[in-house]
Amino acid sequence: MANLKKDEKIIEIVNVTKIFDDTAAVDDVSLYVRKGEFITFLGPSGCGKTTTLRMIAGFDLPTSGKVLLNGKDITNLPPNKRPVNTVFQRYALFPHYNIYDNVAFGLKLKKIPVTYVNDKGETYTKMQRLTRKEIDEKVKNALAVVDLEGFEKRSVSTLSGGQQQRVAIARAIVNEPEILLLDEPLGALDLKMRKEMQIELKEMHKKLGITFIYVTHDQEEALTMSDTIVVMKDGKIQQIGTPTSIYNEPANAFVADFIGDSNIFNGTMVGERLVRFCNHNFPCLDDFEKNEKVDVVVRPEDIGMTTPENGMLRGKVISVVFKGVHYEITVKVGKTEVVVQSTESRETGETIGLIIQPDGIHIMKKEFTVNRYDGYITKKNTVAFGDGEFECDVTSLYPNSVLDEEGYLITADGEKLDLTDTEVNVEVEFKDIEISDNADEGGAQGHIVSIIYKGDHYQVIVRTEENEEDFVLDTEDLWNENDYVGVKIAPDKIRMTLKQETKQK
Amino acid sequence: MVKKILSIAFCVLVLLFIYSPILLLVVYSFTDATVIGQWTGFSFKLYADLFRDSEIMEILFNTIWLALVAAALSTILGTAGAIGIFYSKKKFAAPVKGVSQIPVINAEIVTAISLALLFSMVALYRTYFSLIVGHMVLCTPFVVLSVLPKLKQMDPNVYEAALDLGASPSKALFKVVIPQIFSGILAGFMLSITLSLDDYIITAFTKPRTFDTISTYVYNAVKNGTNSSTPALRALSALIFVVMIAAVLVFNLRARKSKEERK
Repeated sequence: MANLKKDEKIIEIVNVTKIFDDTAAVDDVSLYVRKGEFITFLGPSGCGKTTTLRMIAGFDLPTSGKVLLNGKDITNLPPNKRPVNTVFQRYALFPHYNIYDNVAFGLKLKKIPVTYVNDKGETYTKMQRLTRKEIDEKVKNALAVVDLEGFEKRSVSTLSGGQQQRVAIARAIVNEPEILLLDEPLGALDLKMRKEMQIELKEMHKKLGITFIYVTHDQEEALTMSDTIVVMKDGKIQQIGTPTSIYNEPANAFVADFIGDSNIFNGTMVGERLVRFCNHNFPCLDDFEKNEKVDVVVRPEDIGMTTPENGMLRGKVISVVFKGVHYEITVKVGKTEVVVQSTESRETGETIGLIIQPDGIHIMKKEFTVNRYDGYITKKNTVAFGDGEFECDVTSLYPNSVLDEEGYLITADGEKLDLTDTEVNVEVEFKDIEISDNADEGGAQGHIVSIIYKGDHYQVIVRTEENEEDFVLDTEDLWNENDYVGVKIAPDKIRMTLKQETKQK
Repeated sequence: MVKKILSIAFCVLVLLFIYSPILLLVVYSFTDATVIGQWTGFSFKLYADLFRDSEIMEILFNTIWLALVAAALSTILGTAGAIGIFYSKKKFAAPVKGVSQIPVINAEIVTAISLALLFSMVALYRTYFSLIVGHMVLCTPFVVLSVLPKLKQMDPNVYEAALDLGASPSKALFKVVIPQIFSGILAGFMLSITLSLDDYIITAFTKPRTFDTISTYVYNAVKNGTNSSTPALRALSALIFVVMIAAVLVFNLRARKSKEERK
């Protein structure tokens, strides 16, 4: 990115933070947008992408930081003064106007400088409204761009969702903005319509030559359309790059997981360009310090299948799903599931070998900030993860839900759910884990495998026996390595999110 | 079959119970007896008297004028209030909304006495000002109540879209927000008119001494028993009833028609 010229920046966001009710929706974000590019803010819901867009549009003001347009500070400029137009997710058309008046809305308000020559031969400029004819002409052109010629007199309610979205786009581009902001514009359309509109939007971008800033949670959409993708999570930028670089070289486990399908393994560097995961040492291209804990990403299409004898890993096929172009084959290697995509099929139950080439392995620095586990809810409404079972607050999975006497969860909408076997993502802070000498006291048991002194506390890693799950925790007490301990976590310190939801969004 | 007949009969009975007093009034407006309930032969005399009685005509115009002015002012105030509540932060909006609705549940007599007390303290007691403010206190909460749901139904992005397209906040309000909540504003206005038209308590406590509306006039006229000194009021009441029925019919028919058109 360093080779880009400075004068190309059209929008620059400098250390912008936006706080809503004590939580930072956007947390110290800095980025810039080049003139004429198609940039996408991508992330799960609540990651701050829409808030960032709204600050560029002027609907929200940053709590701190600056927004620059062509080098000029526009942080506090109201939205009607910005050369920026927005296409909203739910169209936000004016239902009391017909299509023509919707599209002409901005034009009728616009004043343009017109130069006159007076009697003495002096020139002067006057701000003037557009004439009826000019407006007619522009509206007609804009409707032609979105393929809605002849729709001028129709009312908004007679249009389909896709047509309404086109009107919304026409209404924005008719003003010839420098930047077009699109807030999940295709989110409310069905799949086929969405695919068509993706292509049309991309063509429109080429034709109009203006800057598009696009917000979506759909990684495929982002990869298809964008010149640049900004991946966001929890109000922070995770990675900025081209679609290819983000797919091939994700900066961390979150990006790898969010963009495309991927296998993410816990690995350890065991030598120079040698990484160990799934109980096997793999040569790789990334260089990290020896013994460093790393996240290893392997894309399903980068795993080759062979005979059990020739494989670097050996496993049993547990499921084969036909996906149109390829088969998705899930292979159980030891305790881990590995997903493989291949044009060849295999039989369920068959034992096969797997090969991963060095360039198929992408190694990322492990973010040791929080313990993350895959878990599921048990019959007793406790949560099982990390080879243990813990008391938890299942109502935290659905906002405003309650438990009835029989253990069913009643959601805010009054829906009755049985949570047994619901898969959840579990997060536990280091400081929220306690260990105890009495191993049976804890929800999980394990041996202390590492103690690192961190200045004012010890960082302890407890590893369970069965699946070698690690609990990383901060404690002020000194423990001994190889102590067998119980792991205790207070129910309110176990943060859980539903798995399906994170996949959808 | 028997069940069906019984249920229809029951409905008819209930309707009869509700409407018979009014129907009786309409019937007796066509006789010129001074005592209510006496039939002295069919005549249009009361109607003729009504339109010839300049006092009643003046009072009728007073009432209508008061209702129109109070309703118009309440509608402006109530709409502005509803928009203000809707776009404020929740921390601020919730208590303001609650407080603004207290006059709805408060006993009208309490509102009337407190208004009288307030205006006598600022030396505006029994003036046109106190009367109109009194009626606005009565009507405004209902305008807020009828406008707020319309605002909630509105796409929240629409106002932003108008700003985004270059409209100033006031232009966006008048060109985009007001048209979309207009049915709520109109409903609030109509509600205010009916509330103001037949209000007695607040009017009695705040009106100038020489000013009368139909309510206060009728009340004073029949205060001394059934020997109404102005039987023409029966004709007036009957007319008001007929006009109201007509208004409701027109309103409902139009609503049905526009519903069908939308289909």
